[in-house]
Amino acid sequence: MSVSVQTSRRATALGPGLVVLGAVLAVVAFLSITMGSRSIGLGEVLRALGSLDDDGSIGSTVTLEMRVPRTLLGILVGAALGVAGAILQGVTRNPLADAGIMGINSGAAAFVVTAVTVLGLRGVEVYIWFAFAGAIAALVLVYAIASLGREGATPVKLALAGAAIAAGFGSLTTGIVMTNVDALNELRFWQVGSLAGRYAPILIGVAPFLIAGLIASLAFGRSLNGLALGEDVARGLGQRVGLTRAAAFGVVALLAGGATAACGPIIFVGLVVPHIARFLCGPDYRWILPYSMLLSPIVLLLADVLGRVVTAPDELQVGVVLGVVGAPVFVGIVRYGRLSEA
Amino acid sequence: MTTAVLLRTTRRRRTARALLVTAALAGAVATLFVVTMMVGSFRLSAGEVIASVLHLRDEPSVDFVVRGLRLPTALSALTVGLALGASGTIFQQLLRNPLASPDFVGITSGASLAAVFGIVLLQAGGLVVSGLALGGALLAALLMYVLAWRDGVSGYRFILIGIGVAVFFEGMTGYVLTRAQLFEARQAMHWLTGSVGQASGSELRLLSIALAVLLPLAVLLQRQLRALELGDDAARALGTRTELSRAGLLAVAVTLVALAVAVAGPIIFVALVAGPIADRLLGPAGGGVLPAALAGAALLLTADLVAVHLMPTPLPTGVVTGAVGAPYLLWLLATTNRQGAGG
Repeated sequence: MSVSVQTSRRATALGPGLVVLGAVLAVVAFLSITMGSRSIGLGEVLRALGSLDDDGSIGSTVTLEMRVPRTLLGILVGAALGVAGAILQGVTRNPLADAGIMGINSGAAAFVVTAVTVLGLRGVEVYIWFAFAGAIAALVLVYAIASLGREGATPVKLALAGAAIAAGFGSLTTGIVMTNVDALNELRFWQVGSLAGRYAPILIGVAPFLIAGLIASLAFGRSLNGLALGEDVARGLGQRVGLTRAAAFGVVALLAGGATAACGPIIFVGLVVPHIARFLCGPDYRWILPYSMLLSPIVLLLADVLGRVVTAPDELQVGVVLGVVGAPVFVGIVRYGRLSEA
Repeated sequence: MTTAVLLRTTRRRRTARALLVTAALAGAVATLFVVTMMVGSFRLSAGEVIASVLHLRDEPSVDFVVRGLRLPTALSALTVGLALGASGTIFQQLLRNPLASPDFVGITSGASLAAVFGIVLLQAGGLVVSGLALGGALLAALLMYVLAWRDGVSGYRFILIGIGVAVFFEGMTGYVLTRAQLFEARQAMHWLTGSVGQASGSELRLLSIALAVLLPLAVLLQRQLRALELGDDAARALGTRTELSRAGLLAVAVTLVALAVAVAGPIIFVALVAGPIADRLLGPAGGGVLPAALAGAALLLTADLVAVHLMPTPLPTGVVTGAVGAPYLLWLLATTNRQGAGG
């Protein structure tokens, strides 16, 4: 009785919270379109947005061809990384799990470097597909190795296999890069972890995967709740644990693979935002997933805007802003907030 | 057979296995230690190396190669590996998380920021960079402990604070690197990869002394570690002074990792993987600090051999630790399928 009352009270507060976050996201997206290292009048931006037609002026070109795609990409990539992080932390039952530790980033980087050195390919439009393939290959390997043995893919084995795959691919990448200057040069551009310079073609390339992954992810709330209680309880509740884990990894491959391919490794969002979502809504993954989905793009876009404005006309990479500004905020939340054990 | 007898035989078998595995690991480490000093452009026999290291014979040319050139590198691979392995497993058990090695919870990143700051902005090198790295690691650990303290330190909060601290330091490091001149940036990148070949005598001596004191201490504190792993309440019921033992163990682990990073730079993966490898070899008797330390040393010595002698051009050790350690851990994960041993 009291439990159901508590849940419903929580739901009545958390539902409107989602609406508020949606509104905040809209405001941040508007900021991201109107503010930048080149100052363009608000009227000019709005005119360009209204006509949706590039009339050749600098203002309308910058707005339509750079800021709008960049903002859309920021929203999609942010949401994808946040949700992927939340799912990975749920499946491995480990607060340290994210795209970096599970080998996704290093798998993607290793494939990019291989494409450059072995196949002699160039250009960001080509890399994203290699990065995507690398991310998926890493996840498949992690899952396959962790599922060998009688008890299947337990959280500990998943986490360790992920860390091992990450280190293995990392060694491969560093080894190639240290002996091949071309590869280093190309990898640098992909690896900065930034929204800059990633415009319409990339957005159109990865958007279908990200959107499909985001929609699919919302179905996982209940099963992640079951897994959080432990494998035996989840099985007792009638869940097919192995199937859930495999499906969750499939969704993560779409989300984190696509996002990492498009923007390079961005660590903070996937690792930290799910924890912030957990602070806001407790241990229920049916709320953590949508909250991560909205909070992550807010955090990512804010950091991106800040990076564009603070040192204009230079830009500060998103990763730097997230670390220097976002991390202290996160530490404050952990220090002074209520702690709900994962 | 009564339960008491059964219990006794199981326990005896477990102790026997622990002893056997530890002895085998120690043998492997000793062999690797000698082999690293045998190979190279000037090949030596095992006897010559051992005689020279132990000062049994005087042959100026052999002594120059062994004691002057190869011993410092081999010694630094050995000590750094021992330190990383021991501190990694203490962290993992203390925080009850197989991923919670000092690489991921902020200590190494504190050292990296301080060292990169020194290299890029102060144009420092050698001892100054080592000192900065040591200070950065200790400062990061202190910061995390203070921030995570609220009527004691819980493992989960410590990990979250560690993530935050790590991300902050990494962001700052990235910023310093983007602002650096190309030459200093390359130097900083090289330091960040980590290499056992860059150690100087004085840092190495400090690490060796620290190991001689702290490794036995860690083995002594091991019983507390087991108790703490059962949870704070159970540990208290078993008579452990939880906060004191935890602080003591953390201090040991932090000092070891800080000194190791100061000597060789942030070599990834050794601290993370040494504990799990040792545990899988030990089976149900897992968790020992000494086997984990030996596994770390064996891994780093092998990595050094591969990096310097098997590659077309000699690479920093940090590049190959992943390539050497990852397949082995994956193989162990795939083959250890007994319940309780596979994790």
